[in-house]
Amino acid sequence: MAPPARSIISTSTMSTRIEAGQMTYKNPPTAPRQSATFDEYTLSEIRRAAATGIYDIRGAGAKRKVPHFDDLLFLGASISRYPLEGYREACGTNVVLGARHAKKPIELKIPITIAGMSFGSLSGPAKEALGRGATLAGTSTTTGDGGMTEEERGHSEILVYQYLPSRYGMNPHDLRRADAIEVVVGQGAKPGGGGMLLGQKISDRVAEMRTLPPGIDQRSACRHPDWTGPDDLEIKIQELREITDWEKPIYVKVGGARPYYDTALAVKSGADVVVLDGMQGGTAATQEVFIENVGLPTLACIRPAVQALQDLGMHRKVQLVISGGVRNGADVAKALALGADAVSIGTAALVAIGDNDPRWEKEYQALGTTAGAYDDWHEGRDPAGISTQDPELMKRVDPVAAGRRLANYLKVMTLEAQTIARACGKNHVHNLEPEDLCALSIEASAMAGVPLAGTDWIPGKTGL
Amino acid sequence: MPTFDLASVPLRDLNQALHAVGAGANETEFEVINPRGAHAVAVGIDAPVRVDVHGSVGYYCAGMNAEATVTVHGSVGPGVAENMMSGTVVVKGDASQYAGATGHGGLLVIEGNASSRCGISMKGIDIVVKGNIGHMSAFMAQAGNLVVLGDAGDALGDSLYEAKLFVRGEVKSLGADCVKKKMRPKHLALLADLLAKAGVTDAKPEEFTRYGSARALYHFNIDNVDAY
Repeated sequence: MAPPARSIISTSTMSTRIEAGQMTYKNPPTAPRQSATFDEYTLSEIRRAAATGIYDIRGAGAKRKVPHFDDLLFLGASISRYPLEGYREACGTNVVLGARHAKKPIELKIPITIAGMSFGSLSGPAKEALGRGATLAGTSTTTGDGGMTEEERGHSEILVYQYLPSRYGMNPHDLRRADAIEVVVGQGAKPGGGGMLLGQKISDRVAEMRTLPPGIDQRSACRHPDWTGPDDLEIKIQELREITDWEKPIYVKVGGARPYYDTALAVKSGADVVVLDGMQGGTAATQEVFIENVGLPTLACIRPAVQALQDLGMHRKVQLVISGGVRNGADVAKALALGADAVSIGTAALVAIGDNDPRWEKEYQALGTTAGAYDDWHEGRDPAGISTQDPELMKRVDPVAAGRRLANYLKVMTLEAQTIARACGKNHVHNLEPEDLCALSIEASAMAGVPLAGTDWIPGKTGL
Repeated sequence: MPTFDLASVPLRDLNQALHAVGAGANETEFEVINPRGAHAVAVGIDAPVRVDVHGSVGYYCAGMNAEATVTVHGSVGPGVAENMMSGTVVVKGDASQYAGATGHGGLLVIEGNASSRCGISMKGIDIVVKGNIGHMSAFMAQAGNLVVLGDAGDALGDSLYEAKLFVRGEVKSLGADCVKKKMRPKHLALLADLLAKAGVTDAKPEEFTRYGSARALYHFNIDNVDAY
């Protein structure tokens, strides 16, 4: 009697003979399996670190997928509330920033501002384009680490002057000709981190503005040299107000880390405006490990900050500006619905003026990357002429045309936000509210504090 | 001479009066009494006026000063003459932390001691301290001169750029990339000039040691990581 058939378990792709029937067949080949833990990017990064002995530095913000505005939806009008007629019934978009203490608050036509980006990290024509575009759209632009340039002051009707730990280029003359002052405590890409502008971007002009030798790596400090903590910050803000005769609104910018307490402490310190930047917010040059592993997603920052303002009775009195991954009018509307007074864009503004444009694909490939993924902004070889100090490359930015594109983009975003607000029955974008939203995921529901779609459940707030 | 009694006059009135001084103004000398530790006294001046503060002040006295001569007949809190552009600030007493921080120009004289982080991130200011200075002084100092007649605390000149440091007394320790350097004739001349401007008559340039940047951290190198 023949022995009973046995099952044969094999990972081999070699032919196997089935003993019972004496049949032979070829096992289906096992497909090569890539590790989810050691994925292609991770392996390449290990090899790169081993070969170069340096961590990866890059620009832009977090690229990992995190809960974001895409995970929220507006509910729109229904029987219980009626919408406003598109194009016919007004929906306001203006915003006033800094009325708490400043004699001359900032008045913007749209609730979208241009975030701080430095001359040095960006070329002069790029800064000019940002100023032109913001001015055409009726909003503000912001200096960065490196001081104020004539290009941006001259072409920005409303210019916010950043007061940074490095104090590169800081001087009272520029402080007085600014329209507002932004004390930068941190930024979303690197809460708790400083910066490093590599030597190849330190042209003579950049070096002079920063009082450093050309061509050397320039470190930007991670904390201010002459104050630590909220009690000191309050005194620092008092000094800035005294220097500028209490005219200028004073913003405090923080990276998304502890938004409830940071917002509360900024208010306590006397800020007129709190700028809160989530981890998708961009940087000119920071360690990859920092960008991807430190900080909170923008979506998770907003409600705690709004709660802090409400607990202090300061919501709408101290304005909240949200940044980090804002891309379109829906994002704007969602941030405002969650309680922000305005948003700020950086990366998106650079894209609008030509960053990562596919027209330069060949050159991106020559740099070992592709349009849309180029983030070595610190190297100064940007084919689009934006994150560079190379005189030839920066000629590729036509400040007038690029400024026009930025204005178009800002206006489209505003129109999109208005479209949504009208659909929700609001005659001003600031009348959007959390009740207009639902979330597509449990995570987004918990972070944004709005119900999971189709339920009245908010994790951590309402019953199961 | 206008006198501002900060026991009864708001600080804002003082600073706005100082800011209002224009070219050809009649009043160029001001006196402040009863500062009682007030912060931001005489900040943001942009004119060649003289201000005498009688008493001790809090944070950021003479902050961002340009052209003015401010004398504090007392001690000062943190950040005196921070980000000064030009002019002269004299402190008759002691100074707290961050004296002359990020200063771009002008002369800061501290007749007593200065606490930690004196001259932090300085960008061209000259600072003369007749007493001692605390730890981490001249951290990331970019340009200018720091002269200390007494001793310096730990980690002097850490991560220094191009600022020059002259210390007559002991240095407890040097920070990363800060090294002792040879005193050349041009440095002796520079130091003599600074001492004269600060009214120092009992110290000779030859008694000082010069410290500066080894410039080893100017370009990132993984083999220097122990220094970071």
